[in-house]
Amino acid sequence: MLHTVAVLVENNPGVLARVAGLFSRRGFNIDSLAVGRTDDPAISRMTIVVEGDHRTLEQVTKQLHKLVDVIKINDITEEAHVERELVMIKVIADRTTKLEIMQIADVFRAKIVDFGPKTLTLEATGTEDKVNALEEALRPYSIKELMRTGKIAMLRGAKYTSLK
Amino acid sequence: MKLTGAQALIKAIQDEGVDTVFGYPGGQVLPIYDALYDSGLKHILCRHEQGAAHAADGYARATGRPGVCIATSGPGATNLVTGIANAYMDSVPLVAFTGQVPTPLLGRDSFQEADITGITMPITKHNYLVEDPADLTQIVREAFYVATTGRPGPVLVDVPKDISSGETEYHQPGPLCMPGYKPPTSGDAERVDAAVKAIMASERPVIYAGGGVISSNAHQELKRLAEMTVAPVTTTLMGLGGFPGDHPLSLGMLGMHGSRYANYAITDCDLLLAVGVRFDDRVTGKIESFAPNAKVIHIDIDPAELNKNVPVDIAIVGNLKYVLTQMLEQLTTKLPGAWLDKVKKWKKEYPLKYASKEGAIKPQQVIEEIYNVTGGKARITTEVGQHQMWAAQYYTYNNPRSFISSGGLGTMGYGFPAAIGVQVGCPDEVVFDIAGDGSIQMNIQELGTAVQHQLPVNVAIMNNGYLGMVRQWQELFYNRRYSHTEMPNPDFVKLAESYGAEGYRVESASDIRPVLEQAVKSKKPVLMDFVVEQEENVVPMVPPGGAINKMLD
Ligand SMILES: Cc1ncc(C[n+]2csc(CCOP(=O)(O)OP(=O)(O)O)c2C)c(N)n1
Ligand SMILES: [Mg+2]
Repeated sequence: MLHTVAVLVENNPGVLARVAGLFSRRGFNIDSLAVGRTDDPAISRMTIVVEGDHRTLEQVTKQLHKLVDVIKINDITEEAHVERELVMIKVIADRTTKLEIMQIADVFRAKIVDFGPKTLTLEATGTEDKVNALEEALRPYSIKELMRTGKIAMLRGAKYTSLK
Repeated sequence: MKLTGAQALIKAIQDEGVDTVFGYPGGQVLPIYDALYDSGLKHILCRHEQGAAHAADGYARATGRPGVCIATSGPGATNLVTGIANAYMDSVPLVAFTGQVPTPLLGRDSFQEADITGITMPITKHNYLVEDPADLTQIVREAFYVATTGRPGPVLVDVPKDISSGETEYHQPGPLCMPGYKPPTSGDAERVDAAVKAIMASERPVIYAGGGVISSNAHQELKRLAEMTVAPVTTTLMGLGGFPGDHPLSLGMLGMHGSRYANYAITDCDLLLAVGVRFDDRVTGKIESFAPNAKVIHIDIDPAELNKNVPVDIAIVGNLKYVLTQMLEQLTTKLPGAWLDKVKKWKKEYPLKYASKEGAIKPQQVIEEIYNVTGGKARITTEVGQHQMWAAQYYTYNNPRSFISSGGLGTMGYGFPAAIGVQVGCPDEVVFDIAGDGSIQMNIQELGTAVQHQLPVNVAIMNNGYLGMVRQWQELFYNRRYSHTEMPNPDFVKLAESYGAEGYRVESASDIRPVLEQAVKSKKPVLMDFVVEQEENVVPMVPPGGAINKMLD
C-alpha cells in the first residue's frame, strides 16, 4: 500500500542525500518525493510517497527519525488531507487534433501554457488520479514529453505538520 | 581572541575533556598538526589510519569516553572507513576529524580529494563539512554530543584546509539547538508496569543482555534485577562482561557459538527480557524457533531496534540505566524454583568442552591460561575468527568493558590496534589481544605504534596456519575443499624483534604458562606465537539459519 509521509527537515547541505540514501540502503521503495522550503527558510518539507505494509512504514519512520536533520514525521495517509500534483505534458497537435486536445484540457481544467506550431503544452494540477486520467486521455495524441512534480500534501482543518 | 581554525578546533576538542587523540598526518591536516604541536593534547601516531580509528574505538570501549581520531583528506580519510563502519555497527562513541581540500577546490577531483561525508553517510550517526571557521567550535560541541548520547556512534567532521588555516574569533559553543535529536531517557511508565507484571507472572524467565548494558553502564542494575527475579542471564558477544560470567545465574553467551544451556534456556523460557540487544541473526538463528514459547519484552534506546527483526509483546524505548531502575522500584523478590534447577542441570550436563591432545596445544587451553595468569583481570581484545569465539567461550568476563571485540562488522585486524587504544586508556592494566595468524597480519604494522609509545600490549596469536573460521565452514559445508584458506606465515618472533618488541614462539603446552607470565611482566609489547592444533573447530555450532537448540558438536 502507498503511504504519504510529510517530513520536516533542517535545511542543511546533504539532507536530501541523507534521506534518499536511507531509503535505498534499507530497501524502502519511494514512489515520489517532493521537496521545498517552508515559510521558515531554515526548514524544508518533504512529501514522500512510500510503498510498504504497516511494519515497513514503522521502520521507515523510525529510521528517518534517527537522522539528526529530521525534525518531524507525519504519516498522513489515513487522515483527512489535501493532495496535489503538478503535471506538464507536451503533445503533438496538428490542425485536426488541436481542437480535440483543447477540449480535453477543458474537461480536466488544464491550462495551455505553450501553443507551438506542431505541439501544445498543457499544465494541470490535481490529485494523482486526476493527473493519471489526463495522461490517459492524451495518450492517443502522441505525448512527446511528460513531467510530474510528485505529490505534495497538507492536513485539512486545524491539524498541521509544522513546528508551530 | 583571534585563532586559526585549527587552533580553535584543537581547543574545542580539549574543552570536551579529551586528552588523547589517535592519528596520522598529511597535507590537508598540516594546519591541524601544527596546532597540535604545542597544544598539550597527547597524539598517538599510528602506522595506518585504520589503526588510528580502531585504537580510538578500543580506547572508547575500555574507558567509556569518546575516542578521537584524525586523518588527512583522500586516502587518509578513506583508510578510516573500516574503522568508522566498525564503530557504527557496535555503537561506539567515536569522533573522526578529516582534512579536506580547500573549499574552492571541492568537487573538482582535486589532488587527494574524496567525498568523505558522502562516503560515510551510511556509517556515521551524523557528519559535518565545515564551511566557516567560526562554526568550528559549535560543530565540535554537537559532534561530541551526538557521538556520546542516545545510542552512541561515530560522527565525522570534515575540515577543508582553508577552514583550518583561516582566522577566527574563538567562540565558546552556545547552547545546542538540535530540534531533530532527542536522546531517550526513562521508559513509558505504563509499559514498564506491564513489563514488571509479566516478569512477576512468569515461571521460566530468561534475560538476554547485549552491548547496551555496557554502553549505558547498567550492569549493576541488571545484576540486581536478575537476582531479585531469579532469572538466568545470557549475553551476546557484545554483552560479555555486562553480567558477571562467574555468577550462578550466568549462562554465558548464546547464539551460533553460544553454550547449549543458554540456547536451551531461550528455547524453553516463557518470558524473554531482551535488554540492549538487536536480535542479530548470529544470535537468533531461525527466527521462528527463537524463544518460541516466550512473551518478549524488549528494552532499547533506539526505537528502530524494537520490532525490527522480531515482533515483541512489550516494547520499551529508553536508556537501560533509567528503565531498569524504574523496574527495580516495582519488582519484588522472587524465590528460586524448578526453572533454576532445570537450568542448573543443563549447565552440568552440557558444559563447554574440548578434548586435550598429548603433544599438541589446544587454543582453548591457551585462553584458559591467559585467564589464570591474569587472574581474570586483563582487558581482552580479539581479532575475528575461531580464536575470537574461543576467547568468548573460555575466558570468564566478570566486568564490563573487559571484553572488546568487533561484533557487528566482524573486522579482522581490529583487535591489535584496539588493544593499543585500550592500553592508552588504561595504562596500569594488563591488555591482551587474542589473535589469529590471519587477522594479526591485517594491522601488524601497529607494532611500530606500540613500541614508539611504550605500550606493553600482549598479543597472543592462535597460530593454526589457516584462516580457521573460513576453513571450518569449508570443512562443514563445502566438503573439505580448503579453497585459499591455508597460508604460510612469517617468523613472528623475528617480526616482533625487528620492530623492537619481544617475540616468543610456543610449541609445547608446558611453555604456555611461563611465556604468558614473562609477557605480563615485560614492559615492552610482546608478540606470542602459539602453534596450535590446526583443524580444531569451534563448537557447539548452530548451522546458519538453523534453530538455536539444534547444535552440532
Ligand atoms: C577484513 C576481513 N576480511 C575477511 C573476513 C572473513 N573472515 C572471517 S574469519 C576469517 C579467518 C580468520 O583467520 P585467523 O585470523 O587466522 O583466525 P582463526 O579463524 O584461524 O582463528 C576470515 C577470512 C573478515 N571477517 N574480515
Ligand atoms: Mg588462523
